[in-house]
Amino acid sequence: MKEYLQKYVTLRKHNFRVAVKKAKRSKMCYAFLAPYAILFTLFYILPVCTSIFFSFTYYNILESPRFIGIQNYISLILQDDIFLQGVKNTFMIAVITGPLGYILSFLFAWLINELPRWIRAVAVVVFYAPSIAGNVYVIFSIFFRGDAYGYVNALLIDMGLIDAPILWLTNPDYMLPICMIVILWMSLGMGFLSFVAGLQGVDRSQYEAGCIDGVKNRWQELWFITLPNMKPMLMFGAVMAITQAFGVCDVTMALCGYPSTDYAARTVVTHLFDYGFSRFEMGYASAIATLLFLVMILCNKAIQSLLRRVGT
Amino acid sequence: MSKTMIATKVEKQPRRKLIKRRQPNRSRVGDFFVYLFLLLMALAMVFPLVYAIESALKPLDELFKFPPSVFAQNPTLDNFSDLFVTMGKSWVTFSRYIFNTVFITAVGTFGHLIVASMGAFVLAKYDFPGGQGFFKIVTVAMMFNGYVTMIPNYLIINALGWIDTYWAIIIPAFAEPTGLFLMKQFMEGLPTSLIEAAKIDGANEWRVFTNIVMPNVKPAWLTLIIFSVQGLWNNKAATFIYSEEKKTLVYALQQIQSGGIARTGQSAAVQVIVMAVPIVIFILSESQILETMASSGLKD
Repeated sequence: MKEYLQKYVTLRKHNFRVAVKKAKRSKMCYAFLAPYAILFTLFYILPVCTSIFFSFTYYNILESPRFIGIQNYISLILQDDIFLQGVKNTFMIAVITGPLGYILSFLFAWLINELPRWIRAVAVVVFYAPSIAGNVYVIFSIFFRGDAYGYVNALLIDMGLIDAPILWLTNPDYMLPICMIVILWMSLGMGFLSFVAGLQGVDRSQYEAGCIDGVKNRWQELWFITLPNMKPMLMFGAVMAITQAFGVCDVTMALCGYPSTDYAARTVVTHLFDYGFSRFEMGYASAIATLLFLVMILCNKAIQSLLRRVGT
Repeated sequence: MSKTMIATKVEKQPRRKLIKRRQPNRSRVGDFFVYLFLLLMALAMVFPLVYAIESALKPLDELFKFPPSVFAQNPTLDNFSDLFVTMGKSWVTFSRYIFNTVFITAVGTFGHLIVASMGAFVLAKYDFPGGQGFFKIVTVAMMFNGYVTMIPNYLIINALGWIDTYWAIIIPAFAEPTGLFLMKQFMEGLPTSLIEAAKIDGANEWRVFTNIVMPNVKPAWLTLIIFSVQGLWNNKAATFIYSEEKKTLVYALQQIQSGGIARTGQSAAVQVIVMAVPIVIFILSESQILETMASSGLKD
């Protein structure tokens, strides 16, 4: 045991010495990386650390932070009904729009892949445009207006399906589904572009080889040839999709109001806004942010290990 | 020469060959349904955008007509000219908002491009202790979005004394992890022999970077520029900037937009301007962006 330990220590020491030597030789690498590394630390790593730190304190900006242990987390999980409502909504949105948006991104990228070049270029613009169009999604509040002037209501009344207009964006029953539709409409973002580009890079001869080896239809081809080739892009797309799905707040705030009726469209991020920038309870808001951070990272890791099995 | 040969060959082929399926493993019925589905989805996707554009072209009486129509019967550009009149009457001259946005976007994007490509260059092409670890952390940073760090970011920028200055928006934009990630992945595709050859010829690292690497990754540049411009254009930065003369164009436009029912027409025009800029930029640079995204995959 002792011998083993000694060997281990010697090996570590040796590795460390090699690393130091290497580091000394590659000073210029650090010089190149330094500007980015400093800014990244300042605006990405440091905030996460401070967020974790403040989540254990009571802090309202005016007084200096007071350490209160895990009190914030306790009241968040055990006492804050609205937060739990927000968690429920966020999970509903994430579980439905996340995978669905991801699958849609891939499906569309895959289907347009075989179109002629210029049609494909147009199709990419059509599908990608909603996600970069700023706040155009507020147009959906015209479609789903609560009175008989709204398009959806007018259409449904004309068809005789309903006899009184439905308050789409004030009735808690309809808020979330409508928000999900809008989010799905905007979900073909950077992941979609990555898929389109990745599909173009798949080696054509593999399809011919697959055809000879007995691949019968487009679905088999997708599973056995296309997906394994696309694995890195699928990973990238998943990261983008998850990050977006858990951060929903703009759409719900713009369409259903802030606060929404009965908090039916409250999400975790809306709650974070509420406590951070309306009530200035920074400690409490940091606790929300920390939880959200953990969930996002864990979810990403879980999905990545799942995706490694694709096509095997 | 060879092109014309192929063309004549195709013409001489019997008709049966011409309608021969291009791809293996495809049924024609399947193709039909797939493209029908695709067409319907494309129409559904584009409908809200078309509707937004059409509303901007409608005169005021048509905007409130019932039953409403999707397409404008008497399209006019009045909404846009009204918008310019309102702009002219704003408290701060409107060119100031335009200057703000252009300044923030230009400086932010330029800095981001330089800082991120310098980092990406050494991460992609050199093996040094800590490099891989750092890159892993950057990929983790892509896994959570800005809302998580919003509050501490405010506190940090406050501590730096940048509240209500342009720097509050510009400097954090330099460190955007997605930009570094895309740039690094693209640079890995560059042949290492190119760099070695330049080194043998006596170029130092800085010269390799500016004269060899950068000219060879133009698609990645452009992609970085475009994502950065899109992000900064839509950045209202309402939490950081409160004095009127430092607000961005989009923010000012949306202030006009929330001006009540009399501004319905103008608000539709604002909507079109806000959405048009990123979309037009994307259309102009689509092929370059796709070239960069081809190397965007996340490896284990």
